[in-house]
Amino acid sequence: MSSGQVTKRVKYKTSVKDAGTPGRLSLVKERLLFRPNNPNSASKLDMQFKYITNHRYTKEGSNKAPMLNLTSNQACRALAPPVEAPNLGASSQVPSEQPSRDDLLFRARLLQDSSELQKLHQQFVGGGVLTEAEFWATRKKLLEKDSNTKSKQRGGLKSSVLGESKPLIDGRTNRVTFNLTPEIVREIFSEKPAVHRAYLNFVPSKVTEKDFWTKYFRAEYLQRSKNIAAAIAEAAEDEELAIFLKPDDILANETRRKIRRVDPTLDMEADQGDDYSHLPDHGILRDGSKEVPEPGNELYRRTLLQDLNRHAAVVLQGTPIDEEQLKDTQTVAEALERSKQERSTASKDDDSMADQERLKGISQAMTIDDLRGSNDHHLAPLWIKDPRDYFDSQQASSFRTSMEATKGSMSSQEAYGLLRESISQIKSMGLNHPIVAPEVAQKVLSVLTHNISSTKYNLGKKPGESLLDSLPTSVRDELLHHHISIEELMKHFWSSYPITTKYLNTKVIKLKDEMSKMDSQLQKLKETVQPDIRHQITLLIRPMQQALEAAMQHYDAEQQKRASKAREKPNGYS
Amino acid sequence: SFSDDVSLLVVLIDTNPFFWSTSSSSLNFHQFVSHVLVFLDLIVRLSQLNQIVVIATGHNTCDYIYDSSLDTDQVTGEGELPALYSFVLQRLEEFVNKDEKLGAKQEGLSEKRASSLLSGSLSMALCYIQRVFRSGPLHPQPRILCLQGSPDGSEQYVSIMNAIFSAQRSMVPIDCCYVGSHNSAFLQQASYITGGVYVKPQHLEGLYQYLATVFAVDLHSRSFLQLPRPAGVDFRASCFCHKTTIDMGYVCSVCLSIFCKHHDKCSTCGSVFGKAQLDAASDRKRKASES
Repeated sequence: MSSGQVTKRVKYKTSVKDAGTPGRLSLVKERLLFRPNNPNSASKLDMQFKYITNHRYTKEGSNKAPMLNLTSNQACRALAPPVEAPNLGASSQVPSEQPSRDDLLFRARLLQDSSELQKLHQQFVGGGVLTEAEFWATRKKLLEKDSNTKSKQRGGLKSSVLGESKPLIDGRTNRVTFNLTPEIVREIFSEKPAVHRAYLNFVPSKVTEKDFWTKYFRAEYLQRSKNIAAAIAEAAEDEELAIFLKPDDILANETRRKIRRVDPTLDMEADQGDDYSHLPDHGILRDGSKEVPEPGNELYRRTLLQDLNRHAAVVLQGTPIDEEQLKDTQTVAEALERSKQERSTASKDDDSMADQERLKGISQAMTIDDLRGSNDHHLAPLWIKDPRDYFDSQQASSFRTSMEATKGSMSSQEAYGLLRESISQIKSMGLNHPIVAPEVAQKVLSVLTHNISSTKYNLGKKPGESLLDSLPTSVRDELLHHHISIEELMKHFWSSYPITTKYLNTKVIKLKDEMSKMDSQLQKLKETVQPDIRHQITLLIRPMQQALEAAMQHYDAEQQKRASKAREKPNGYS
Repeated sequence: SFSDDVSLLVVLIDTNPFFWSTSSSSLNFHQFVSHVLVFLDLIVRLSQLNQIVVIATGHNTCDYIYDSSLDTDQVTGEGELPALYSFVLQRLEEFVNKDEKLGAKQEGLSEKRASSLLSGSLSMALCYIQRVFRSGPLHPQPRILCLQGSPDGSEQYVSIMNAIFSAQRSMVPIDCCYVGSHNSAFLQQASYITGGVYVKPQHLEGLYQYLATVFAVDLHSRSFLQLPRPAGVDFRASCFCHKTTIDMGYVCSVCLSIFCKHHDKCSTCGSVFGKAQLDAASDRKRKASES
């Protein structure tokens, strides 16, 4: 390191949420210096190494933005190099982006997959007519396809109550084993907010996770055994257990608001887990028919209906956390807590207004259009002109056209007289024998057959057959390739107008040269092709040639205009 | 059912005097009628079950001239001409007189459209065919042969197109043998859409040969034959305001009426149109080029 320092462009953040000020970080001997780009900005850093206590940086190869986090006695600083956004936008700007490795790999794959694209790429980018960036600029859609594969939707919750899965009861060792997966944890925390709160409060400070869940499942077991006396007894002893056995107070507070929030027009996607009908007892092991809530024990009783309703409400609401966050209980708990906090801050608005809006939305969604009374106010009545007006009024315009046809016309009397005369002539003279002279008949026949056979062989035997298929394959491929390359050239040419920068100017010149080359190629193709298909080839090529001509004419016209403008002296001096 | 090669042929004969009085020397009305009469006889003789219906397309009216299935139209021959011919000629003369009388009433308007009432005769033919369809399962395959010479009447564009579409729907081919000077776009389109044959004979003195070669064949046998196909069809539509043929115009998005220039309101269905996009775009372009 000759200069004795390393400099890097970074953004300086004082906290994670800070947007960051762009600037330069220099690593000099024994100090770190940060100078922001904007000299008026206050954020500066000048730290000696001895004060830095800890540093954290994002792992190489991870998808997160690269960051360097410095903790020192004074404060915690974070620095991050700016994210360079690749600018694959309009080709009118000078593209200055460096495509990431992933992008390059993807492009190479695209080229491999489509030989057509590869040929085009070789022809233009290899030939120096277009740069790599311009070529891919018009194909943003192809490149972006990869990024959209990750679905932005979250999967829904299962309809079956996962928490009701049967535990493994081992009679010999008197052990009951419950299964616990992160999904079940999520369900439990979503449906029983009191348990969630208990978890957050007690674990890991008061009880370990294992103990927590053991207690929870003990409570479940007691509930299921319908042994109320035992439940009350144990609840009296163990306060955590009591939490699990008592009805959920958070739920009670939120019930009303939750009911209002349910949108009856939700769409749910079902999958295997929703197929509770094929599970024994529909996945619910409790039979609520025999449950009768006794007055004194209301506190310690949950009916099947309550559980079902709660589960249904949670499923309808959907899950606020992603699949990825279902890693372990702690993560699930924290994620749910965060989402709950966000929700509670968001719902600080006026409840009554929200209620009204919701009611209006529900009523709109639920009205059945067919049963609504006819509401023609916003519909204009259908009015179709009387056809008689249409026919009568057009006679004036038809005079002009027909008057030209009747030049030297005779009066109608004379005309009809002619007709009558012809008819009486036939009546008196009879018909000619033969009605058609044989030579004439022969001529007509030969003309007709010639006509039919020529159209048959020239225009194709079947109407569905395409002209392209009838050409030899080499000619056809060449034609198609020319067409695609001309299309590409046209796209780039016309998008460069109006020419505002020098870069566009050079680009247009290059394109124009390529276009004249293509034109001569097309001409050569026309001349070298076999004579029997030459006519059709000419017809096929004509639109391509016209497009090229139009583009070149436009270019010449613009050049002339530019030249004449340059020749004009400013301010009209002659 | 009927054997396949029986045809019901509805022939529309153009008797527009204003066309025939100006027609070229190679085909006058006399020769035209002669050729057509022999052709009609041919059809009748091809099969006992063949039926023909002749409709005359006049200048002011159209009418049925001959229906081979009607008992009243079976006549025994006397005199030189076969029965069929004399009968048809007689009816034709009566029709011409009727047409003239109807025209005389409107003489004061001094309008002399050179076109005939093709839309009227097409409609009559289609109505007759519909009646045949509803007469029972046993009926021959109907088709329409248009022997037309008068130019297209642009004021009849919509009605002719309607008739063509209903023929297409009923699967009735409309053939055309056009004896006028310039091709008829309406009839070309009619033949194209309905699967018929359009022929404009070069040698009009051999008209009968054309008719016998191309149009005498029943529909079933057509699948084994190659019939002449026109090199191209003039597909241009006519605008609804001036009835001029256009290839670029404006279409109402509600009723699909075609106009040649921008209107504020559709004259057929009354929908109000927004400002044309083209004007807005050209304003912007003008401003950009000036700056």
